[in-house]
Amino acid sequence: MSNNLHFTRRRLLTTAGTLALASGISAPGILRAQGTEVIRIGHLTPRTGFLGPLGEYAVMAADLAIEEINAAGGMMGRKVELLKEDSVNPQTASTKAERMIERDKVACIIGEISSASCLTIAQVAQRNKVLYINTGGNSDALRGSDCKRYMFHVESQNSMYVKSVGRSFLREGLVKGKKWYSLTADYAFGHDLLKVAKRFMEGNGGQFAGDDLVPTDATDFSAYLLKIRDAKPDLVVINLAGTQTTNFLKQYAEFGLTFPVGGFGFDTALAWAAGKGNFVGTWPVVWHHLVDTPGTKNFVAAFTKKYSKPPENQAWGDYVATKIVAQAVNELKSTDSTKMIEYFEKGAKFDLLKTRQGYFRTSDHQLMHEMYAVTALPADKIKNQWDIFTSSAPVPGPNEDLEAIAATKEENSCTFPT
Amino acid sequence: MLLTQQILNGLLDGVYYLLIALGLSLIFSLGGIVNLAHGAFYAIGAYLTLVFSAYLGFGGAFIAAPVAVALLGMIIERTLFRRFYRADPILSLLMTFGLAMIAEQALRMIFGAPPLSYSIPPWLRGQVAIGGFIYSFYRVVLLGIAAACVAGLWLLLQKTSFGRVVRAGVQNPDMVGALGISLQPYMSAVAAIGIGLAGLAGVLLAPIYSIHPAMGQEIITPAFVVVVIGGLGSFWGVVAAALLVGLVKGIMVGIGYSAASTAAIYLLMLLVLLFRPRGLFGERILRFE
Repeated sequence: MSNNLHFTRRRLLTTAGTLALASGISAPGILRAQGTEVIRIGHLTPRTGFLGPLGEYAVMAADLAIEEINAAGGMMGRKVELLKEDSVNPQTASTKAERMIERDKVACIIGEISSASCLTIAQVAQRNKVLYINTGGNSDALRGSDCKRYMFHVESQNSMYVKSVGRSFLREGLVKGKKWYSLTADYAFGHDLLKVAKRFMEGNGGQFAGDDLVPTDATDFSAYLLKIRDAKPDLVVINLAGTQTTNFLKQYAEFGLTFPVGGFGFDTALAWAAGKGNFVGTWPVVWHHLVDTPGTKNFVAAFTKKYSKPPENQAWGDYVATKIVAQAVNELKSTDSTKMIEYFEKGAKFDLLKTRQGYFRTSDHQLMHEMYAVTALPADKIKNQWDIFTSSAPVPGPNEDLEAIAATKEENSCTFPT
Repeated sequence: MLLTQQILNGLLDGVYYLLIALGLSLIFSLGGIVNLAHGAFYAIGAYLTLVFSAYLGFGGAFIAAPVAVALLGMIIERTLFRRFYRADPILSLLMTFGLAMIAEQALRMIFGAPPLSYSIPPWLRGQVAIGGFIYSFYRVVLLGIAAACVAGLWLLLQKTSFGRVVRAGVQNPDMVGALGISLQPYMSAVAAIGIGLAGLAGVLLAPIYSIHPAMGQEIITPAFVVVVIGGLGSFWGVVAAALLVGLVKGIMVGIGYSAASTAAIYLLMLLVLLFRPRGLFGERILRFE
């Protein structure tokens, strides 16, 4: 306290210098934006650990979206600033969310991939009445038993993944009377996915020959591969997450196993990392860089120009979520979270770079949109390291309701805590 | 039959930990450095395989990458490890922890965060059948290379004058000094060998594991568990512990308790430490007690 009153000459000089420097740096920003204050948006996503490689795409995409938003005049004419943090784990994620809301006064929080971290961020968001848009957490529970009024989901839920790719399996005769062997990541996401997968499988006359829970730090799958070879399943189902999927695919090829492979969770970066000759099977994906629409072509071109590689599906989630927030703020002329939630719940439509526009379902805040099933190309048909799969047409088809693949109210019910 | 396969596979699996753990143990016993950056050198080995393969093929990278990592290890020893030999192990622990983070971030900056693709070269692909046991040819080759490294290291430590000095240095560095032998060059050589082995593990595992900047973290924890179970300063202790850890994990998966396969190795460590606080074959090293 006494220090503040006791101004020495040196202190005065440094303070003045700092102020001059600070205003010098921030001046161009003030001139560019019409408003006086920047709008801050918090971005939390894992950048380390087994989900880190996907988080990096999320960050690249959010940066690109903010750049484009600012170039187009910002939000309500004010410049937008993205505060980015590594969420690390559920505990750290909630601490950082708390700090972003209380200290940095962010308008909303976007991001996350781990379903477990999504939940802790959502709890903080709900408590502080700040909007949170989940861009990568798949667990159905987040839209059901753990749903929150202040949480919205751009990422598809596990049910949507299972039902999208499930249609391909049904078509290929891999369900009715067939035996599946599954490997499941031993955490919230995996448990949830297995539950939904079992429901689909049993509902369509198939059964599980075996399912193993895999610890999230496992890197070697040889012991599992021996069991799979012994069980001779009709389909091997991979419900793993992050770099484990890549490890599995590389070792599956190494052991020369040829049972059909599929999965209910998927990220293109992991297929790219497995590479030609190792990547096999049919997988569901929320979006991929080969989607044939003008919106996707523009996004892929801008992303590739900035980062010299195409965006993967996690990039789509964070890009689209940021654009959705910009649309809401610009239309409402407000950053008030409660008003934005009202706007979303009233059925606002969004361009999602797909053939149809999407909207948030009021009952559980899940984005209703098209998905795709991708199938690995045979090694001799692959032209470059990125285009290593073919895609199904959008699911649901053009004449179907977008809600056809989502969990029904009976399957997964949500009552928002008031 | 399946359980027999799992036991065999578990033993083979343990060999990968061995390459990392041996170097870790060697550097710790001689210099008292708890090298938390050991996993980072493994990751660097994997990334260098990618870089060198483009020019030299897998065969060339197999030689060049571990040598480059060993050289890097020697430089690190000369500039950093050297300052912490006589200090509290906590200091070296903090230093190498920082080093590991720097290495991981550097890999991320240079190569990007997304995992990179790398496959087994065509001439090493395929299966071999040993009786009813069908196994990946690549892993058989890998086992051969790892066994050769272990044998080579054992011969080096037991049968050469170099090894005699190193072993004496582990037990009593002051006495070695009093005999007029400077341990410094030996320390550099041991760091190069130990870190080079981690680099070699990186080369060998790059074709079958996912290559990403944090891959070092994935391997460092089990490697430490192996060193602790095996016991400080014991060559065969580390070998036995590596095989035991692989075996326990394999059997847990084999009998259907896969979810507990990681937890089981920590339980194993706890049990070993309860009955043998110095590890399985741990020797009494006065400096550390």
